[in-house]
Amino acid sequence: MFTIDQLSLQLPMYASWWKREWATCLNDVSLTFATGEVHALVGASGAGKSLLAYAMMGLLPAQARLQGQLYYQGTLLDASRQRRLRGRELALIPQSLSALDPLVRTQRQVAWAAQRAGHATESAWRASQQALDHYQLNARAQQAYAHELSGGMARRVLTAMAHVSQARLVIADEPTVGLDPHQRQRVLTALRELADQGKTVVLITHDLRHALPIADQVTILRDGKSIETAPACAFQGAGTSLSSTYSQALWRALPDNGFTVSMAQPVDKETVVA
Amino acid sequence: MLEAHQLGFQFLSGEPLLSGISLTLRAGQWVGLSGDSGAGKSTLGKLLAGYLTPQAGEITLAGMALPDSGIQPVQWLPQSPELSVNPRWRVGRILREAWTPSEAQCQAFGIHPRWLSRYPQSLSGGELQRVCVLRALAPGIRFLIADEISTMLDPITQVELWQALQQEAENRQLGVLVISHDSALLKRLCPQRFHLSSGQLKPW
Repeated sequence: MFTIDQLSLQLPMYASWWKREWATCLNDVSLTFATGEVHALVGASGAGKSLLAYAMMGLLPAQARLQGQLYYQGTLLDASRQRRLRGRELALIPQSLSALDPLVRTQRQVAWAAQRAGHATESAWRASQQALDHYQLNARAQQAYAHELSGGMARRVLTAMAHVSQARLVIADEPTVGLDPHQRQRVLTALRELADQGKTVVLITHDLRHALPIADQVTILRDGKSIETAPACAFQGAGTSLSSTYSQALWRALPDNGFTVSMAQPVDKETVVA
Repeated sequence: MLEAHQLGFQFLSGEPLLSGISLTLRAGQWVGLSGDSGAGKSTLGKLLAGYLTPQAGEITLAGMALPDSGIQPVQWLPQSPELSVNPRWRVGRILREAWTPSEAQCQAFGIHPRWLSRYPQSLSGGELQRVCVLRALAPGIRFLIADEISTMLDPITQVELWQALQQEAENRQLGVLVISHDSALLKRLCPQRFHLSSGQLKPW
């Protein structure tokens, strides 16, 4: 449905005023996101997760050096097509809550998103009402400004905007950071629902443990490289069905599992089975 | 020994947040504190570190009140490191604000010498958090209040940070109060755990 083919990305870094160096942020990443699935992109900070999302949406700074191809529904996705589809078929739920307009009430912002997707003014207002009700944002939250919303509510407003935009591909960038367990569950459930409605959901997170229950596929990113893509059910037990040592180490470092860092001595698959 | 005795606290505009809270933290002891958002976990942490003054009850350190000035023997480590550093200071100056950690200590906390000449904005949250934790471990420190310090870290960095802190606490017999939502993490770190709800502590 959405395919990333050998994508590499370099961004300029200034070592001093006049000395420019190119930092490789993504290195030969190839991924496929299928329709109706939640695909989690997991990695430490600085692994290039958000940059991958920006590359998919065409939101990288102009000086970025990008190699490789993107395909959306089998057709090449170039910059002009990205611009056309952005906010309509491709939606990004950004990490920063400052993406909300501080001077506009919640419902109007959601209605704007609906209008962008092709609704007429009146039906956009109705659609925004339905979407906000669906995400359990009450009348007070609908009339609130962004700074009056809690972190969890603001996330749900952003999710509602992706919902009304009728997007077929929704990228959620760290949607659960700073939320308490109850709020986190609500946001993740909302994303799972989007996938169950036949959309493709890309969930960017560093929180492997809470992504697993709602994810179908998990891709581990590290230093701009895609280390491994595995079905979510591979993350269980001692993690021996994972093929790379880094994913195994990540899995075993969770407090529920070993809470150890065992990168130095990768466990041999055969010995564990025996 | 850090003791809180029958603490009561409320903000100006609200109803009582904490009432009749008693908690003891001994040298070298790890105690876990969980609770829902808004239950008052961070407020209790700030009270213990002297950032807030309780309206009822008292906090004593080895039988005496907390000192008014100088390096505080009870240090509070906040959730967001980027809010607790001066953006105009380089990382090296931030790290050495209260004391100068040895190279071995920097290494144990995974602090790269290259970072020291950079500004805090150019470090990731996890990197900066490790700098802030080590900064707080000046020689006079006896107790740490770790308030959600590993929430934004990936699992491997999280383990590394806690292992370094456990080692340091063991060497110096620091008492640590770990505040977290993550019950699995608290079970790993703390033999003694409390849940804070409706202003009361319940052991679990």
